[in-house]
Amino acid sequence: MADVVVEQGRIARATGARKGSSLRNTLGRKSTVAFLLTLPLILLIALLVLYPAFFSLYLATLNKAMTKFVGLGNFTFLFKRETFWMVVKQSCIFAITAVIFKALIGFIVAHFVHNIPGKKQRKWRGMLLVPWVIPPAMSTLAWLWLFDPSYSAFNYTLSYFGVGPIPWLGETFWARFSVILVNVWYGAPFFLIMYLAALKSVPDQLYEAAAIDGANWWQKIWYVTLPMMRNIIAITTLFSLIVTFANFDIVRILTSGGPLDTTHLFATWAFQVGIQSSDIPLGACVSLFMVPILAVAAIFILRDVSKRGNEA
Amino acid sequence: MSTMAIDKAGPSRKVKYGSMSRDRAWALRWSYFFLVLFAIFFLTPPVYMLITSLKSSAEISAATNPWWVFHPTLSNYVELLTSNQFLRFFWNSSIISIVVVIVTMLISIPAAFALARMKFWGSATLATGVFLTYLIPDSLLFIPLFKMLGVIQDLTGITLLNRWYVLVFIYPTLTVPFCTWIMIGYFASIPKELDEAAIIDGASWLQTLLRIFIPVALPGLIAATIFAFTVSWAQFLYPLVFTTSVDQLVLPVGITTTLIKGDVFNWGQIMTGALLGAAPPLIIYAFLMDYYIAGLTAGATKG
Repeated sequence: MADVVVEQGRIARATGARKGSSLRNTLGRKSTVAFLLTLPLILLIALLVLYPAFFSLYLATLNKAMTKFVGLGNFTFLFKRETFWMVVKQSCIFAITAVIFKALIGFIVAHFVHNIPGKKQRKWRGMLLVPWVIPPAMSTLAWLWLFDPSYSAFNYTLSYFGVGPIPWLGETFWARFSVILVNVWYGAPFFLIMYLAALKSVPDQLYEAAAIDGANWWQKIWYVTLPMMRNIIAITTLFSLIVTFANFDIVRILTSGGPLDTTHLFATWAFQVGIQSSDIPLGACVSLFMVPILAVAAIFILRDVSKRGNEA
Repeated sequence: MSTMAIDKAGPSRKVKYGSMSRDRAWALRWSYFFLVLFAIFFLTPPVYMLITSLKSSAEISAATNPWWVFHPTLSNYVELLTSNQFLRFFWNSSIISIVVVIVTMLISIPAAFALARMKFWGSATLATGVFLTYLIPDSLLFIPLFKMLGVIQDLTGITLLNRWYVLVFIYPTLTVPFCTWIMIGYFASIPKELDEAAIIDGASWLQTLLRIFIPVALPGLIAATIFAFTVSWAQFLYPLVFTTSVDQLVLPVGITTTLIKGDVFNWGQIMTGALLGAAPPLIIYAFLMDYYIAGLTAGATKG
């Protein structure tokens, strides 16, 4: 390692001595070139991500016709509305429950897939990732049809076990259950793949050492697998928390927020208020409430990513 | 004495191995059992899509077993694939996704190259910023973007709302950050000696990028391309907000809004449309699964 560094240094010094001025020229050109290469990226982020984000802050302070500055009027108006607090509650229930179940199912299934030897493992992995590959809008339509009030294939099957027709999307509890179920179905394969990759990176010697020390399967998971996977579990969970919290497609197609607005998330409610009822400032205001939780999750992810960068 | 001890140890050890392999065999059997259960859970919706798509409207509304097709028919497929409207959705989706992939690559490859290899003022901050942008969801930006497009439309007189081409400008905000991020990872993993050798041989920066970086990081490039394509193909919120006319819709929005006529759900056609809409990502996935998974895991493990 040291040898390589020394050699590199020598080469650099040699070339530097030979043509010092041209090297300086290249360096001068290099930063210009680098700037030009990143310019499209900077423009894209500045104009279509950062600017809209701040524009949204500005929009949130206008009245409905967007003619008058009302300060925090939209926010105080929201705080007084019952629907808003219901949306806050449902968003939290939805995101937390869904992420927990996605992580659990992903973790369990990853272990099962990990047990399968060689080539078959590839096939199983390929099959189990299918929900993640289908565009969510399309697969949610299939779920909508499975939940159909009069032709529900689930209810048809359940009737054989004597379980009465379940109002999958008609009652608050079941509607909430259904949107979470669909989200778990869609997101669990992502956890599965991440955890499977993490499981593969745990060295076998650790398990052998644990086995020699007389650890049972639970101790192996608790003392070997989990500590080794801690990083990837944290980053996957935080990432999924952001995506689930900001989910739109599933709730929009499945329930459109109903029954009685009880399944609305921030995104779907912002859509209904801002676009469908064309109260753009209020809609912008609603979607801004996603920022705090996103920011917290992002800070933790960033800490993890930069730690990883330092290790490498 | 000693030989006897060895003889004794022999069989007992054999039994130990036997029990261990028996344990493994049982673990494997249980794994298969649970995997089958989970596979049923994961594959029910797509399989049910296929089942329904092969049924006629009469069979769907009849009170027969929904899990079986008694009179398979391709009429739903024929009807959709000959309907100009559906082909229009498919065309819109395809052209948007392809253009977005090209735009994404043109923006993110040079940027990733610069961020991975040329240290300049603010390059580390910019790389972190790119990653942060990836965490900003579409549901946070659709309202201000909608208003922005409206304002620009009023100012310049160029029609932007309700036009499919505007999506070509908006989608890169979803694809470019992630693609740049994973390309930075792939580029950074290329040994420095490789491009130093090229530069000593007199290659320009552009030549290093085209002749060294792109060929060596080709797997990453494919993963990024797949990601960009699937994201733009699946995007639902932006087209739902920005386009309304039937001839401007993309596939996901088109199926959910036009195939539902009033209160009548033509489920055979909806499922057929959904299946056809899911087909391109599924086909890509079937052939390029390893790249797909590499792209998926690269986001969190590389960088």
